[in-house]
Amino acid sequence: MQYPFDIEAELHSSLYDREVKVKKASKIKTTNKIPLLKSVPKKSISKPKYTIAVTGLNAIDSPGPGISVIRALRDATSFDVRIIGLSYESLEPGIYMHDLVDKTYQVPYPGAGQEVLFDRFAYINSIENIDFLFPNFDAELFNFISLKEKMEMELGIKMVLPTQEQFEARHKVNLFEFGKKNKIKVPFAKMVYSLNEIPAITKEFGFPLVVKGKFYDAKIAYSNDQAMQHFNKISTEWGLPVLIQQFVHGSEVNVCGVGNGKGVTLGAVPMRKLYITDKGKAWAGVTLDDKNLLNTTQSFVKNTKWCGAFELEFIKTADDDYFLIEINPRFPAWCYLTVGAGQNQIESIVNLAMEKKVIPYKEYVVGKMFIRYSYDMIVNMNEFEQISTIGEL
Amino acid sequence: MKIKTNIALSDSGFLFNPSTGDSYSVNPIGQEIIRLFQEHKTMDEVVKQITKEYRIDKDTVEKDLYDFQNMLQSYKLSE
Repeated sequence: MQYPFDIEAELHSSLYDREVKVKKASKIKTTNKIPLLKSVPKKSISKPKYTIAVTGLNAIDSPGPGISVIRALRDATSFDVRIIGLSYESLEPGIYMHDLVDKTYQVPYPGAGQEVLFDRFAYINSIENIDFLFPNFDAELFNFISLKEKMEMELGIKMVLPTQEQFEARHKVNLFEFGKKNKIKVPFAKMVYSLNEIPAITKEFGFPLVVKGKFYDAKIAYSNDQAMQHFNKISTEWGLPVLIQQFVHGSEVNVCGVGNGKGVTLGAVPMRKLYITDKGKAWAGVTLDDKNLLNTTQSFVKNTKWCGAFELEFIKTADDDYFLIEINPRFPAWCYLTVGAGQNQIESIVNLAMEKKVIPYKEYVVGKMFIRYSYDMIVNMNEFEQISTIGEL
Repeated sequence: MKIKTNIALSDSGFLFNPSTGDSYSVNPIGQEIIRLFQEHKTMDEVVKQITKEYRIDKDTVEKDLYDFQNMLQSYKLSE
């Protein structure tokens, strides 16, 4: 492991070396006859250039992972990229970030169905010739997993995704059973389909407890009334069932990682949120030195033969016990921290799809932080008009 | 007292626990005490060192050191 203070020391020593070298070099007398510098022919290192499509451009206060994924792709050293943004709404900020996204196309909502989605991709692909696709929303994954083979066979678009079985097994509503099977502690949870079921469950679990939507959102309830209020709000937004989960006291620690589908962890970086917004999103975080968490992650990948990106969310109790509270089958919005810590897991996934040699990351920098910020872009109305009317920008 | 081996303490007194992500500020004396513990000095040796360096009686150092030790333990910075 490397620590932040070690890095600082290294940086200082290299700066010092450079100063010494400059001083020495300035003492050298030069003549016009002997060229001190000769141009050396550059070795041409040919890197492939991939066209990669990315969803999740909603870099808002509850951000999608798209922009972080794109930044990681642009940092990749083994290939160059042309980035195709895929948006659902005209105000997703990533659409207008032209230094990161080369072109954006609107795509239909998951509810429109797989046929409509495939047709839209066939159109986009006829223009862009997409090599790889990064879906970044839980809600769109079912369709993309179902279309994975067809997209690759007919359009040549590759994806690295969990199987439908893996996707379902880790679903919030199945997580308790999943934990039992894989020997990972998971808080007790029950699915609720109507308000009438709540009093019996609250009696069993006690307060506080957590009310969760099947895709997003989680609220803590301290009374029956509050649990019912949360149930109504969440079920209206995300549908049924709503999950009621035992509340575990402790601090939240998460792991961002990649599995190769054969039981091997290609990368894993644990992080603790340092600053949490009112929506429960991390606004700052730091990488951790936590061997228990890494071991748990590796056994999760080994047991499930997980394929693709994932985020494991744990609660670490005061007794250093870990409770798995969620598995997200995609990269989290903070995934760029893994790049900052020395693991470009996003690059690994693309290389895995392109059947290049991918060496699993074993190390990362501990104590590397991310701090999120918001930024007001100034956008011309004609750009907004273009994406709203033509669906392309 | 044994300070956890992965604890990082900078010259400015910034202390980072990489297992939990927590960070703390330590004043110069606290910093010195942690460094002495990191050098595997015993409680008695630490008390001796501090009383030798500063104009302070042994009882006060022992009491403060005991409090400080409890604090390090409660923050899980020691083993």
